[in-house]
Amino acid sequence: MSLSVKHLLGIKDLLPSDIELILKTAAQFKEVLQRPIKKVPTLRDTSVVNLFFENSTRTRISFELAEKRLSADTINFAASSSSVSKGETLIDTAKNILSMKVDMVVMRHSASGAPHFLAQHINASIINAGDGINEHPTQALLDSFSIQERIGSLKGKKVALIGDIMHSRVALSNIYCLTKMGAEVVVCGPPTLIPKHIESLGVGVMYDIKEALKWCDVANVLRIQLERQNKPLFSSLREYAMYYGVNKQVLQSIDKEIVIMHPGPINRGVELSSDVADSKNAIILDQVENGVAVRMAALYLLAGKKDQML
Amino acid sequence: MKPLFIQKELDITLTRLAYQLVENHMDFENTVIIGLQPRGIFLSDRIHQKVQSFLPKTKIAYGKLDITFYRDDFNEKGQLLQVSETQMDFNIEGKHVILVDDVLYTGRSIRSGLDALLDYGRPAHVELLVLIDRRFNREVPIQPDYVGMAVDVIDNQKVKVLWKERDGKDEVILL
Repeated sequence: MSLSVKHLLGIKDLLPSDIELILKTAAQFKEVLQRPIKKVPTLRDTSVVNLFFENSTRTRISFELAEKRLSADTINFAASSSSVSKGETLIDTAKNILSMKVDMVVMRHSASGAPHFLAQHINASIINAGDGINEHPTQALLDSFSIQERIGSLKGKKVALIGDIMHSRVALSNIYCLTKMGAEVVVCGPPTLIPKHIESLGVGVMYDIKEALKWCDVANVLRIQLERQNKPLFSSLREYAMYYGVNKQVLQSIDKEIVIMHPGPINRGVELSSDVADSKNAIILDQVENGVAVRMAALYLLAGKKDQML
Repeated sequence: MKPLFIQKELDITLTRLAYQLVENHMDFENTVIIGLQPRGIFLSDRIHQKVQSFLPKTKIAYGKLDITFYRDDFNEKGQLLQVSETQMDFNIEGKHVILVDDVLYTGRSIRSGLDALLDYGRPAHVELLVLIDRRFNREVPIQPDYVGMAVDVIDNQKVKVLWKERDGKDEVILL
């Protein structure tokens, strides 16, 4: 019983059995989180540094809570208030922190591949908490966990990823995770936000949101990431909301109940309207809750690799 | 290889243990049975069934507790321990708790079990029931309250408990 990898850099590197193991372990941690005392002593000999080179609320708090509930020691690092702003390189920053005997690194960076690069240079286990437009593995794992929790096994389920597929690391990780678990995936959005050749990952493409919603059991609505678009890819947010926004009218027009997900933060009124985001079909807050359990599972399972790294 | 228990003897012993529990806890109104995952639950299933059959009018609270996250050796052999399911749909606050495990050896699992248990609340009283007590191998000061059989064996001998549900037959053997 062990993961096949030393780091959690992306879902791409995981075997289906790894994903199953993480989800199964997460279910037990979810039970821990329902107890009066939501803390176990498992990682009391482990120190974890949270290296965040990019802003984050949910993921960072979620990781920090996961670490604390496993009794690990945590150190937080934000690039804006550190020596990175004096020009220190990534490797130097990480090596300096690790020389203070840190066992694991949770890392978010705006450059795709940054954690993979760091993994070649340091000894600690690395968990990717989002790298550029590449992957966000723990988000995909918690999405899969939340889908399973709501509608059962992923096998054969139909999941639509809607919105900015091009700039979304959540989308890419979800595609890998869902297809490895036997779900069917369709991406849907304006043609300018869908990468060319995305079909080669084994997913379908739809440009009509109604068609996608009719087809799917679960709609994972992604955030429009204006901060990553360096040239205009659609004419206005209002137009995007008109053609690709998920709202009550469009959901009522397709005669079936579907589960609505969103990785947060929501642009209310753009990709998702408030009445849908707050409806009973939305499992957005369950996703956040499950995030802690899934991250505890990832930390726990990678801590088992600690001795092999020295 | 020497058998310590075979099917019929085992059943007699389990019946005796169940009667001892009823003798001490009478109506089981404020008492709960908790089996330790993964190996203790086969024993706790049987004990629960028997006690329940003696007291058909009360519904006896019964749970299963996983102790993996509390172990001091969860990562010692380079392989993580398999996590099992915890099922406890009752409150243990102020209750009499009977912890159940199959073999009491070093006492370290029970130590983890106590830690895990206390995270669910503050029981009034905790007792320990084991099928086999290896008396000479304790590493921490933990003693059972109910014992199926006490055996005196040397360190490198192994006690193996087989259950019909998992292994096809009920038997306890000394290897």
